[in-house]
Amino acid sequence: MTDLDDIRIARNPPTPSLLGLIFGKRGGRKADWTDYVTYGYLLLGLVIMFAPVLWLVISSFKTPANLQDFPPTLLPVTTETVSVEGFDEPLPLYDVRTEDGETIRLAQIRRVGLNAQMIDPANPGAGRIVVKVANAEPVRKIRFTINNYVNLLTTAGADIWRYVYNSLFITVVATAITLVMNSMAAFALSKYRFRGSTAALTAILATLMIPATVVLVPVYLIVAQLGLVGSLWGVILPTVATPTGVFLLRQYMLTIPDELLEAARMDHASEWRIFWRIVLPLSSPALAVVAIFSILSRWNDFLLPLIVLNNRESFTLQLALASFQTEFEIRYDLLLAMTTLTALPLAFAFIFLQRYITSGIASTGIK
Amino acid sequence: MHPGRVLANVATLPARLVEPVMTGVQKTIGIKRMPWIFLIPNLTAVLLFALLPVFINIFYSVTGSDRLYPTDRPFIGMANYETLLDCRNYLQPSTCSRDLFWRALGNSLVFVPTQVVLMIGISLLTAICLNREIRGRGFFRGVFFFPVMLSPVVVALTWQWILQRNGALNGLLEAVGLSGINWLVHSDTAFAWAVAVTIWAHMGFYTIILLAGLQAIPRDVYEAAKMDSASHWRVFRRITLPLLLPVLLVVFVLCVIRSVQTFDELYVLTGGGPGSATMLMVQYIYEVGFAAQPRNFGLAAAASLLLGLVLLVFTALQLKLSRSARND
Repeated sequence: MTDLDDIRIARNPPTPSLLGLIFGKRGGRKADWTDYVTYGYLLLGLVIMFAPVLWLVISSFKTPANLQDFPPTLLPVTTETVSVEGFDEPLPLYDVRTEDGETIRLAQIRRVGLNAQMIDPANPGAGRIVVKVANAEPVRKIRFTINNYVNLLTTAGADIWRYVYNSLFITVVATAITLVMNSMAAFALSKYRFRGSTAALTAILATLMIPATVVLVPVYLIVAQLGLVGSLWGVILPTVATPTGVFLLRQYMLTIPDELLEAARMDHASEWRIFWRIVLPLSSPALAVVAIFSILSRWNDFLLPLIVLNNRESFTLQLALASFQTEFEIRYDLLLAMTTLTALPLAFAFIFLQRYITSGIASTGIK
Repeated sequence: MHPGRVLANVATLPARLVEPVMTGVQKTIGIKRMPWIFLIPNLTAVLLFALLPVFINIFYSVTGSDRLYPTDRPFIGMANYETLLDCRNYLQPSTCSRDLFWRALGNSLVFVPTQVVLMIGISLLTAICLNREIRGRGFFRGVFFFPVMLSPVVVALTWQWILQRNGALNGLLEAVGLSGINWLVHSDTAFAWAVAVTIWAHMGFYTIILLAGLQAIPRDVYEAAKMDSASHWRVFRRITLPLLLPVLLVVFVLCVIRSVQTFDELYVLTGGGPGSATMLMVQYIYEVGFAAQPRNFGLAAAASLLLGLVLLVFTALQLKLSRSARND
C-alpha cells in the first residue's frame, strides 16, 4: 500500500451502516461484535430493571375488574357502557356476531347461563334480544382510571395521610439531625488536635462493624427505657449517628485550609461560628451525598420501625404498605395505588439526583 | 475505609492561638475543650445505640425469661446457646430442639453463596458493559441503579404482583404456550425467586462500585494490549481481572455481609414461606424476639451474637485482604 492510499482512506472513511451508526462506539469507530452483545445485554437489562415497576404503575390505573383478568391486559382497559332509557345503571356494550355474519353493537341487560339478554341502545323500543354469550365480545377501550388513588386517599379506613406524615417526619428530622451531628463530629475530628481524638474516631468507625440486626434486641431495650416505643423519635434517634457520614465529612473537611479558620479567629469569630458559617457551607458537596443516603435509607427503613412502631397511628408508609398486604383480603386495587405512591417520591428524586447518587457511591465506595 | 489510613491524616489546631473571643459555652469551658462540645452529641448516640447494645446483647444471651428489663432477667448461663445448638443430628433440622433456627441457618447457607456469586457475576458483567464507550452510558448507569432506590417493601410487592398465580409472568408464559406455575407457593421456585428478587434490587449498588474500579484502571494498559492484538478474553483475564481484584474483594465481603442480613424483601415477598423455605437468619431473630409470644429476647440475642460472630470473621477478612491488596 502506498502513502497515497493511506491518505485516501483517511479522507474517505468507510460509510458506516445504519446499524453501525446506532450501535457504533463514540468517536465513529467501527462497531465490533462485542458492541452488539453489549447493547443487547444493556437493552435486556433495561427491560428487566424497568418493566416490573412500569407494570406495577400501569396496573395501578386499572379497574378492580380489569385487575382480575387473566391473562392480564397490557394496558388498562374498561368495558364501554351506555345509558339506556328505562335502566338506572349504565349497561355494558357488546359486539355481537349475528347469524348472517354481521356485527352489531348491543347493550347487555343481564346474563342467564349461556345466553344474555341484550337491547339495542339505538332502538330501545324494539325490546330484548337473546344472544348466545359465545357470540358476544365486550367492547373494550383503553382507559386509565385514577379511581384506585381516589379511593385510597379518601376512604376513612386508610389513614394514608398520617403514614405519609410519619414517613416524612422521620426522613426530614432524622436527616437534619444526622447532618448537623455528623458534621459537628467531623469538624472536631478534622480541625482540632486534642487528646482523645483518635479514640473518638476509632469508637465511631468501629460501629461500622456492628450490623444493625445484631444489636436489634438491645436497641429495642434502650428505646423502651427512653420511653420511645411507638414514638417516631424511637426510630429517629438510633439512626442519626452514622459512621460513614462522619468519615465522609471528615475526609472532606480535611481539605479545607486551616488558614481560613485562623483568619476567622483573627476576626474574633467563635468556634461555633467558624463551624456554622465557614466550614459547613464549604462542605456542601459532601453534605449533599450524606443527605441523599440518609433520605434514602430513612424513607425505606423497615426493620427498626417494624419493631419500634407498634401502634397503627405511628406506622410509616412502608409499614402500612406491608401490613396492608398481610391483611385478610388483599385489595389489589388499593395496594397497587399505595405501592406506586410510596415509590413515587424516590422515583422523582432519582430523576433529579441520578448523577450525584451514582458518582457519590462510586467515590465513597461503601454505604 | 481502613482506620489506620484515616488516622495518619490528622489535621492541626494552630499552635499559637489568636486571642479567642470568649462568649457562651466557649467562655465557660475554654477553647481547648471545644472539640468535645462538637463531639458529644455524636458520641452519645454512638455509645447508646451501637457500642452499649453489643454488651447488653451479651448480657441478654446469658439470661432468660420474656421480660425486657435487665433486672427481671435471671442468669441462665449458656442455656440459650445450648438450646440453639441442641440437635440429635445436625444434618436434619427436625431433630433439633429449635428446628426453625437450623432451617433458617440452612437456608442462609444456601442463599448467601448463591446470591453472592450471581450478584457479583451479574454486577461485574454489567459494569464491564457500562464501562465500554457506548451511547447513552449515563442513562444505562441510572437504569441499573434504579431498583436500589426503591424500598424493600415496594420491591417485594412489585414482584409479588408479577409472580402471583394470575400475574404477568404466568400471562407471558401462557402467551407463548407454556403453563404457569404458582411461583411463590412451591418452596423451590419461591427460593429461586427470593435470590433473583434480592439480586434485582441490589445489583446496581455493586455495579456502580465495580464501575468505579474499572474506571480507575489506566487506559494505556488497554492500548498496549490492543497493540499486541490480544483477544477480549485475554485482556479480561490478564488485565481487567487482576487490576480489579482489590475492588472485587471489597465488593465480595460487603456483599456477603449484606446478604447474611437479608430480611425486608423476603419478609414481605414470601413471609419466610412457604413453610420455612425462605426464612433466613435475621427473620428468625425477628420471629423469636419480637413476633412470637412469649418474646424470647435471650434466644434472639444469642442467635444474633452467633450471626455477629460470622460477620466479624468476614469483616476481619476484608481488613486483612484489603491491607494485603494495598501492599501489593
